[in-house]
Amino acid sequence: MIHFVLLISRQGKVRLTKWYSTYSQKERTKVIRELSGVILTRGPKLCNFVEWRGLKVVYKRYASLYFCMCIDPDGNELEILEIIHHYVEVLDRYFGSVIELTSLIICRKAYYILDEILISGELQEPGKRTIVRAVAAQDSLVETVKEQTGSISTIIAQASK
Amino acid sequence: MSGPSLMDSLFQRSLEDIIKGLRQQLIGEQAFISKALEEIRKEIKSTDLSTKSTALLKLSYLSNLHFHDLSFAAFHALEVLSSPRFSHKKIAYHAISLSFHDSTPVLLLITNHLRKDLNSTNEFEVSLSLQCLSRIANVDLARDLTPEVFALLSSNKLYLRKRAVAVVLRVFEKYPDSVRVCFKRLVENLENSDPQILSAVVGVFSELACKDPRSYLPLAPEFYKILVDSKNNWISIKVLKIFSKLAPLEPRLAKRVVEPICDLLRNTGAKSLLFECIRTVVTSLSEYESAVRLAVGKVREFLVDEDPNLKYLGLQALRIVAEKHLWAVSENKEVVIKSLSDGDPNIKIESLRLVMAMVSEHNVSEISRVLVNYALKSDPVFCNEILGSILSTCSRNLYEIIVDFDWYVSLLGEMSRIPHCQTGEEIENQLIDIGLRVKDVRPELVRVARDLLIDPALLGNSFLHSVLSAAAWASGEYVEFSRNPLELMEALLQPRTSLLPSSIRTVYIQSAFKVLVFCLHTCFVRGGSIVASASLNNLPAGVSASVSYESFDEFSVENGADASVVHGQTCASAPITKESIVNLLNLVELALGPLLGSHDVEVQERARNLLGFIDLTKPEVLNSAVQEKDDSEGKGVETSKIIKLMHDAFSKELGPVSLSAQGKVSLPDGLKLKENLGDLEMICGDLEPPSSNAFSFGSSYEQKDGLSFSNLQIKEDSEQTNESTSLLAEHRKRHGLYYLPSGKSELVSNDYPPANDPILQGDIDDNADNLVKLTAESLVPKRKSNHGKPRPVVVKLDEVDEKHVAMKKPESRDDSLSGAVRDVLFGCEDVPPTLSQSNLSNKLSSKRKGKEKQHTDPHAESKENVIDDGNSSLRRKDRSHGKERRHRSPRKKNAEERKETNQKEKEKSRRHHGRHKSRQRAEEPLKVSAQTPVIPDFLL
Repeated sequence: MIHFVLLISRQGKVRLTKWYSTYSQKERTKVIRELSGVILTRGPKLCNFVEWRGLKVVYKRYASLYFCMCIDPDGNELEILEIIHHYVEVLDRYFGSVIELTSLIICRKAYYILDEILISGELQEPGKRTIVRAVAAQDSLVETVKEQTGSISTIIAQASK
Repeated sequence: MSGPSLMDSLFQRSLEDIIKGLRQQLIGEQAFISKALEEIRKEIKSTDLSTKSTALLKLSYLSNLHFHDLSFAAFHALEVLSSPRFSHKKIAYHAISLSFHDSTPVLLLITNHLRKDLNSTNEFEVSLSLQCLSRIANVDLARDLTPEVFALLSSNKLYLRKRAVAVVLRVFEKYPDSVRVCFKRLVENLENSDPQILSAVVGVFSELACKDPRSYLPLAPEFYKILVDSKNNWISIKVLKIFSKLAPLEPRLAKRVVEPICDLLRNTGAKSLLFECIRTVVTSLSEYESAVRLAVGKVREFLVDEDPNLKYLGLQALRIVAEKHLWAVSENKEVVIKSLSDGDPNIKIESLRLVMAMVSEHNVSEISRVLVNYALKSDPVFCNEILGSILSTCSRNLYEIIVDFDWYVSLLGEMSRIPHCQTGEEIENQLIDIGLRVKDVRPELVRVARDLLIDPALLGNSFLHSVLSAAAWASGEYVEFSRNPLELMEALLQPRTSLLPSSIRTVYIQSAFKVLVFCLHTCFVRGGSIVASASLNNLPAGVSASVSYESFDEFSVENGADASVVHGQTCASAPITKESIVNLLNLVELALGPLLGSHDVEVQERARNLLGFIDLTKPEVLNSAVQEKDDSEGKGVETSKIIKLMHDAFSKELGPVSLSAQGKVSLPDGLKLKENLGDLEMICGDLEPPSSNAFSFGSSYEQKDGLSFSNLQIKEDSEQTNESTSLLAEHRKRHGLYYLPSGKSELVSNDYPPANDPILQGDIDDNADNLVKLTAESLVPKRKSNHGKPRPVVVKLDEVDEKHVAMKKPESRDDSLSGAVRDVLFGCEDVPPTLSQSNLSNKLSSKRKGKEKQHTDPHAESKENVIDDGNSSLRRKDRSHGKERRHRSPRKKNAEERKETNQKEKEKSRRHHGRHKSRQRAEEPLKVSAQTPVIPDFLL
């Protein structure tokens, strides 16, 4: 199973974290510090796997972002690489071929998409289209609610004047 | 009240604002974040849910990426969760799954929210709460929500069903009893044709099977079907994982799956699936030669691939194969050796491990030679990696693969001279250990130790200090094998020893003591060099001839007059003369005198011991030196008595100590170790508390001596430096150790160049091809018929050590879970092991058939079980039934084995007993879990 998913920028800034095993806040900071030290310093043409504390970390770089997933020692590294690629493709499809995850709204949506792909550290949905559809459906749910709140708050705002 | 909250919601900064602000970084990141946190703390208390949820969203963002503690908002997250709006729920669930853990206090309050959402009509709400449950479930949550999850397991919405399946894993883990409820439906999902569901179910089973494969053997037919039918690579990978766990347990199953897996191996185009197939074959099907050959062929493709990932994985696979099929490695040895110089450190390490896997007693010296040369050229990290793996491989099982210990000891000496070497401590341990265990190697050990000790450059390298300590110890302990004890003494007392930490200095001084006693003993008690052979009777004849006391160089007698003589070439055969002894005593006094004022108590004490001994003996020695002939009988007797006493004290052999030695010491009569010491207080009551005592002593001491002490120290220091430079010059001159042109800076600089300049060693060809050539022969497992000499005896304390290891073996695993699963799958088998088998043989008859049916159809079986749950009488019959079956089956393991495992299981469960009271129920079937489960016949 996957223990955690990290997105780290080339400068070492954390862009997304998702933990499927229990790590305390302190451990999380430590994990990220250690791993970004190891991964960011690795050259371009090396293999995508790092052994770390008896576990394996699979990482891949897309543009300026490193996607890292940590798995059990008997996990399949190539499968994880495929999952990462799958995730990137879904992101790509959802945001319309822009992989600039550092931009604003995406960071929240990226979690929701990841939640569609993985549950409790297991791959859930191999179909890209279904994921995009599910996320879009939830978006529309959120949007309608937002509109309502928007109107309500404007009403209140007017009333309070 | 509503005023500020309204203002808050109107002018609240959104998450986007925060991110923008963070990126602009007008006031610095930390300042900005703490400001934002302050706002959030205020906003999150708002009564308006939108404001609250936005605050929570911002907070979880900060917690996620900047690791700020979210726990203070736990209750607020629950409040947001109760909102009817989906967007709020989403934010709340996100925050909760991010921050909640088993000890979060408000965890109890979430149960009802989750239950409500699990029953919601909106599938996305259900999905959110499932997702959250999969992350935060603890025992209580898992227990309370099992019915909901159970219902969702057969939901007709695929979207929900696959999520419920995934959540089951966590629920099982936390609350094993839920297996009784949910397992049947989970198994039913195995037959679902939808790939998503199937992927989820197989994923769950592959995780479960990791923990305890044996329980899932009865489901093998289902997995087999999936393996054969599946077109989805992701599913196939997971099924393969399951089979790699199951196959080793059941040979018939292995036989059955080997063909389909080989088909996959041949036909699949996906590298990930291919790799999984390879790994399954090499880990679990290694008895099937043809399959292994096929897999190794594919591994070879990986190894020569451009992609470093495949290369790395290929090496890894090869390492797994190497355990049973060494030929696979030697077939690919060129690639492996070449990978040693790969650009990727991970690949290098992997290939190093492989090379070490190839080591056997026939090629260990060649491989080590190659690797040591290689270590000289590589970067410090990899260099130490190499050295570490050589050390651990060679010392495995008490130096099992080492035949020629002389060679190994000199290799250790050589390794410690490699510039980047940081494995000093391991080398230290091995040097001492070998010295203790292998008698025959001691002369060589002393020689190696001498070479290390005599080189002043090594003293400057702090990584080597521990090696030097071992060398000093060995040369002191086994001084009787030394060619030249006086030279050894000089090495031990050389000025640069002041660079050593005091703990190691003490070893040096103690060794000097031993050497001195030895010299005196040979000189006086034995009457010179003639009787040397007496102490050598434990040496092989050939060695004793070369090792004797005759080899005493004249230049150590006449102070450095003849510095040009290359030292170590012991041409002159002068005995230890009285004159030289006098010199020796003077040297010791000169070198150790300053140490009497040392700060370290140990150093001080040992120096004092040694000097005291000299004081005791010196007058006599001087006497006898002057008037040799007169006085050999008279006063000399006293001295030689002392010397003899000391010598005897030191010459008692030290042996290796077994790890469990303490356990063997029987308790003496009358010694009570477990007595209550409460009444000690009464006895100690009238004594003053020792701490205050010590304190007052300490302070008074300081007051009295503090001033003079520090004065003394300064004086001493300056003295020491003066002294040491002149001594150093002398030492160098004597041993011809000139690194710098003499005169120029010899007295000024204390810095030596490193002992082994890498450039000097650089004549080893850098080329990897050359390396390959070097090892080409050595890696082929060849019989070297003529070892120089038979392997010497290595003292072992084996039986105890091995037991020690074996004790650790049984691993703890998720007992209660597997117990529950087993209970469901073949609950009929849980017979207490105390029941005798013969009792039951008559009971079986008709029920046997029913049993057979159960096994061909696990669903029916589990169904029956669910029904049975309350009905104990029926159950009992069932049990006896299973027992019978086991008894009959011809393929079962023999009874002894079973008993043994049963025993273990019992012990384990006993251990568990006290700890998890809540799990006691699930533990019940555990006691009987050792039997081999039954595989449905249709597989066979």
